[in-house]
This record gives sequence, C-alpha cells and structure tokens, in this order.
Amino acid sequence: MNKLVNLTIDSRKLQAEEGKTVLEVARENGIDIPTLCYNEELEPYGACRLCLVEITKNNRSRLVTSCLYPIEEGLVVKTGTEKVVANRKMLMELLLARCQGVKAIEDLAKKIGVDQPSFKPEYFEKNGCILCGLCVRACAEVVGTSAISLVNRGVNREVAAPFLETANDCIGCGSCVYVCPTDFIKMEETGDTRTIVNWKATFKMQKCQKCGKNFAPEKQLEYFRKKLNLPQGFFDVCPDCR
Amino acid sequence: MGSRPRPNDKAPAGRLNSPKQLEALRASILNKRDPKRPCIALCVGTGCLAYGCVDIFQAFNNEIAKQKLQNSVDIRATRCRGFCERGALLTIYPQGVFYQRVKLEDVPEIVTETIVKGRIVQRLLYTDPNTKEQYAKEADIPFYKKQQRLLLDANSKIDPTSIEDYLAIGGYSALAKVLFQMKPEQVIEEVKKSGLRGRGGGGFPTGNKWQSTREAHDEIKYVICNCDEGDPGAFMDRSLMEGNPHSVLEGMIIGAYAIGSHEGYVYIRHEYPMAVENVMTAIKLAESKGLLGSNILGSGFHFKVKVSRGGGAFVCGESTALMASLEGKVGEPRAKYVHTSEKGLYNRPSNLNNVETWANIPHIILKGSDWFSSIGTMTSKGTKIFSLVGKVNNTGLIEVPMGMKLRDIVYGIGGGIRDGKKFKAVQTGGPSGGFIPESHLDIAVDFDELTRVGSMMGSGAMIVTDENTCMVDMAKYFVGFLQEESCGKCLPCREGLKRMLQILTDITDGRGREEDIELLARLAATLKDAALCALGSTAANPVLTAIKYFRDEYEAHIKDHRCPAGVCKPLITYSIINEKCPGCGKCVEPCPTKAITFVAKKEPVILDQEKCIKCGTCYDICNLKAVAIK
Repeated sequence: MNKLVNLTIDSRKLQAEEGKTVLEVARENGIDIPTLCYNEELEPYGACRLCLVEITKNNRSRLVTSCLYPIEEGLVVKTGTEKVVANRKMLMELLLARCQGVKAIEDLAKKIGVDQPSFKPEYFEKNGCILCGLCVRACAEVVGTSAISLVNRGVNREVAAPFLETANDCIGCGSCVYVCPTDFIKMEETGDTRTIVNWKATFKMQKCQKCGKNFAPEKQLEYFRKKLNLPQGFFDVCPDCR
Repeated sequence: MGSRPRPNDKAPAGRLNSPKQLEALRASILNKRDPKRPCIALCVGTGCLAYGCVDIFQAFNNEIAKQKLQNSVDIRATRCRGFCERGALLTIYPQGVFYQRVKLEDVPEIVTETIVKGRIVQRLLYTDPNTKEQYAKEADIPFYKKQQRLLLDANSKIDPTSIEDYLAIGGYSALAKVLFQMKPEQVIEEVKKSGLRGRGGGGFPTGNKWQSTREAHDEIKYVICNCDEGDPGAFMDRSLMEGNPHSVLEGMIIGAYAIGSHEGYVYIRHEYPMAVENVMTAIKLAESKGLLGSNILGSGFHFKVKVSRGGGAFVCGESTALMASLEGKVGEPRAKYVHTSEKGLYNRPSNLNNVETWANIPHIILKGSDWFSSIGTMTSKGTKIFSLVGKVNNTGLIEVPMGMKLRDIVYGIGGGIRDGKKFKAVQTGGPSGGFIPESHLDIAVDFDELTRVGSMMGSGAMIVTDENTCMVDMAKYFVGFLQEESCGKCLPCREGLKRMLQILTDITDGRGREEDIELLARLAATLKDAALCALGSTAANPVLTAIKYFRDEYEAHIKDHRCPAGVCKPLITYSIINEKCPGCGKCVEPCPTKAITFVAKKEPVILDQEKCIKCGTCYDICNLKAVAIK
C-alpha cells in the first residue's frame, strides 16, 4: 500500500493513498464532480474539462482538472467555487451549442444550471459526438485493437476508422458503443449479423451450439481466443451454457 | 559518467581528445587568418535568398577570380543578420562597410571600388528614411546601433557550415571549460545565478529546470531543443539555427553534462530546410572533431544528438505535444501536473529549452553569471531577440537588452511608423499575445511587464500596427489562426475559439450584438482558466487586450456599424473626393470590376457603388488621396 496523504476537499479532511487523483478520492468519498470524458477503466484524458476544481497550494489558487491532478500532502480542493461554476457553465454552453438535441448533454446542462447557450442560435450544431475520446481509448487500452482513432485537427476533429473507410481492425465487440456517453455510436443486430454503424463494420455472429443464441461476433471471439491462447472450439457454446 | 580515458596525444585525423588539442586547433586556424585581409561577408540566409544572393555570391567568386584577388580577399557566406527587408546585404571586414539592396550588377563595382581602391559605393549605403542620413558602417545604422547583439552578432561573421569559423570566434571553449573545470552542480549553479529564463515563451528559470531534471531519478534523461517556431512573422529561432547552429549545440552539450543526459533531440520544423541542413552539418562536424558523441574532448562524457523534423503544427511548440510528436505520436499536449523534468519524452526525465535559451549558455559559462545578470532588468536578465515587423520603417530581427523601452524599439530601432502614419498598437508574443497601446509604450520590455499589460513575451514576435489597422479585424485574424492550429483535444480551445471566431466575424460584418463583448470576455475567461495547454489558455489575449484598450472600436462596429480604421469591408464604402480628383484615370484600368468610369481630363472619375467590391486598389493607387474610405 502506498503512503497515505492528507488533503481537504470541500472542507472535509480526507486521507487517501498517494498516486490517486483528486477525482478518484472525491468519488470514493461521495463528492460529486461532473465528468464526460472520464472512465475509471481508462487512462484519464482531460479533454472535457468539466471536472475542474480549484486547488490552493502555497497560498496560490488555480483551476486544475481533477481527473488528472495527483493528490499531495496538504492539498486544499474546492469543487464548487464561483470560478469553478462559472467555467463549468461556459463549458456546458459550448457543449450545448455543439450538441443540440443530445439528451445526455441536455440532462447534464440542466443539472449544472445551463438553459440555452448565449451564442447565436443560427450557429448551433446537432453533433452527437463530443470528442471525449472514450471510444478510441477503450478500443486501444481495453480491447487492444485501435480500430478507430481521432482524426484531423481542431474544429475538423472527429472519430473515424482509418481513411474514413470501414474499420478493418474492428472486431465488433461494441465496447465503443457501451462507453459512449452520448449514445452517438450505434450498433444494430439483425439475424446473425451485427453492424457497428459508425465504423461501417458488419460481423457474422457466433451461434451457441447448445442454446442456439447468436451471442457474439465470430471475429471478436477468435480475437480473444488467440489473445488468451484458448483451444479451438472454446467459444462454441455461449458463457451462459458453459 | 564513465572513467576518464587518458588523453591521446596522437589524435585520429581531426578528432580532438583534449582541451589542449582544441586550443591548438584554434590557434592554427587563427594563425592562418590575417585580420587585416578584407573579407566580404554576404548574407545567404533565407530572407536574402529571395533577393538572389546565391547568384551574387557566385558573381563575387567569379569577379575575385577575374581580378586575380583570390589570395588577397576572402568571401564568406553568412546567414541572417536581421535587416532582411534591405537584402541582399553584405559587410566588408575589417572596416565594417555595410552595403544593402545589393544586386548582381553591383558586384564588379564593389570589388573594384571598395576592395581594390578602398572607396565606398555611396548608392549602396543605408539611408535613414526619416533623416535621409547615410551610414557607411553597420554599427552606426540606427537599426543596429541601438541593439545589443550578444547572440546574433556572430551571424554576420561566420559561415555556419564551417566549424573552423565557429572555433575562430572562440567556439566550444565554454564546453571545454565545463567538462574540465566544472562539476555539473557548478554549471547549474552558474546558470541559476545568471537569472536566465526560458526564451520559448514561458520564461521559466532555466537553471531550476535543469536542476529538477538532474534530480529526477532515472538512468536515461533527455535534453531537447525546441526549434518549432510557428508564430506568424517570427524567425528568431530559425535565424539562430541557420546562422549559428554550433552555439545551440554547444549550449545543449553543456546542458546535457549538467543534467546528466547522454541523448538529445533537436525538434525542428520541416519548413525550415536551411536550418535543418545547417544543424545536421554542424552535428556531423562536431562529431568528427570529437566535440559531440562519445568521449567528448577526451573527458569521458558522451552525448548524442538527433534531429527530428516536425510537420509544422503550431501546437507542437508546446513541450508535451512536441514530445508526443518526437515519440511518433500525434502532436497533442497533455496536462503538466507531473512535470516533464520528471516524466517527459518516453516517460523519462526530459529538459526542453528553446533555441535561443541554449544559445545563451556558452556566453554565460565563458563570461560568467555576474556579467550576464548585469544585462537586463530585476527579473529578466540578458538580451532578447525579437522579430520586429508590421508598419515600422525598419523591420527585421533585433536583439536588445531586456528592459529596453517599447518606444525605443518601435521608434529607435524600428524608425517609427511608415509613411508618417500614427502608431496604434504593438502586438507581442505571437498570435496569442496581446495588443499594447500607445499609453503603455514606455514600459520596459521584459517578461513581467509584458504580462502586466495583458500581453506576453512569448517567443518574441512583435507586430506593429498603425491607424489603418482595425483592432477587431486583427483580433479576428489571430483567433482564426489559433482556431486552425488548435489540436482540438480540449473542449474550451476547440469549441471556444470556434465560437469566438463566429462572434468576431459577426462584429466585423456588422452583425454584432451588444451582448457580444461581454460574451467574448466570458469565453476568454474560460479559455484562460480551463484550457489544457498554453495555446488555449493564452489564445484569448488578443481579444481581451483589444477589448480592454480599444473597446470603442468594438462598440463602433456593433452600435454604429462603422469600422473606424476603414478595414472591415461590409462596413465601409469607397468614394471619390471630387475636389481632389483631377480625372487622371490612373485608377480606371486596375479596378477589377470596372466600377470606375473615366469622364474627361480635369473631371473627377465616377465610382459605381453597385459594382465596387471594396478591394482598395483605387485607394492604394491614388497618390492624390482622392479616394475616401467611410
């Protein structure tokens, strides 16, 4: 176990293991900090900036992203200062202006107290993707396939398969669909095929030899069978029937 | 560091194995050189290339051969001396005669008159546009006279592809001193005492950075030279790298020794082909002399440098993005809560400094921290190179002691505003610097003062604007640049700059709303507080300072639908001032839409507003100022 560190979050004196981030410690102690690009299974990324908190160190305070900031002895954190709130609201306005009609964003905006962005409505967009990069990171860090990536720069940035074509390395596992906070990535299943719509990738499903259920794409099962060095035919039956 | 092998007196061809051998080589180079012998030092830097300086250089060689002067005159191809707008440039040593706007056909005359007969060719001398005074010597020209060219001076004296030239001006003696007379801690102490701060923009104390990297626990550490200069109009690092790459390398080797690093990278943009070529040549030459690589000067210390070329993304000037790019990844920054001195390139302790910072090091080692810290202000020591561009009479690369008054830079070195127009503002620090108005012209230019007035030192770009510059339009230009260069990783920078640009475009198109100024200020605050890297957190500076110092211009655009500077096309109209127009018709033909009709001599021309696209061609052509902008 790592060394314990003393810190204060919103006037609560806390102790936590060195190496953790402010966000981790806050959540462990039931302190709510909104996030969009954070997932505990993935490396923190710091793109959505919603998890901003104000820290004070050596009598100087500044805003940091709590998902990335490592805790340290004597750190004083405030999660709801005027500055934090003002910034979070502006970030929410920016998100809303990008993602009109996206439920997850509208719900979060309501929670944070933002109604409509102050920008001219004629410039609003209906983009379902917030570029949080969760799908790309899940694909790379958890699945290990890196079938998709963030392409282009700045306002042209988007998530895509190589050359904006079919994602050849995609195994159809659907991790990206699962992890997407705005339900932008769509997956469809009909009969014995599964399609990840956004990456234009279609897969044949494996039928369980016992119950007959189409339980996972063949390509995904083969990928894991090889990766985990499992015998041929290991996935002939579904996990439920095994 | 390994055990020190004994200096080998019988060095392999060219390789120097001890400080003694270095000094012996230096002495032999200097012995062969006669300081009284004339030397034509012609600039063949990137700026002067456009003036055909390569042909001029060849013509000098031919002319010298023709007049059989090979044994009595030298010709040297130097790189940028900063006064690029006056190219092609040359200085004739030892007298220091300075010729500007030299053309191919001037070559025989220069050789015959100045080299052979010792006479000056008057028409090639610099004439001050304000006083009409002519100057024969470089050192007397106001543009140069008020500078302190600690780093740039060598640019006009050496051929950067010749290591002999660098050795002749004392090159690598600081390295020898460090390796044989100083412990790494002493080197760091000296750099700390000098007060040197990073020249790349952040202004972090260099010695402290070195110390943190030295103290970080890891066997492998990296030193990196940031030559990813990308600010519009800036060419400080480029010129140093092109003109004196050995000084940068020497600084890096000294830094590596102090930090305990054996591997270094020069990250340099691909669009700087001459700088890439010259630094690669310099590395090869330094290696062949045993000044770089294994067992440097027989000290046992080894250090290798590799060159990595960047693709030209502005954000890669940001240290963490640069390191990602070096690793072969997409050049995107990451949070620096864990400093790069602890975990940088390949997660190893890494020390990154800018070209100009590295080039300062040999001077500090040789002349001492006391000498260095005697130059500059309380908090900013030494000199700083600026690229002074825009609406001043003398544009170019300048080097001044920290603390020089902004007014002295604009009016003293820059020679004031062109065409007798009125000064409006100077923008410092690159695209994310702020505008500094007339009322702050007397500030002492250093890191802290520039920040205090809402701008920044940045890399040292300085863009002067005059009364014909619209501050809203200018802010829009920079926001547009930054929006394009934003990597798009973090929300406030990507989305915030996009919205800012929309608002500014609305304002310059006459569609601004009264609440837009407040909204811009709010957006700016979020960029500053919430952006991931310095590109985003400083991006709002041009907008914030433009609002702070030129709010009336914003209001004129929004409330009165008027652009006071006469720049924003949707808000202006061109018209002919009938009393002034003699009907010469000079403007008729160039008008691209045939909007101007010739009537008769002595009758004013007629401008058709329907056809006018507000390109400003007629306005620029008319010498009599008979075209008005409203």
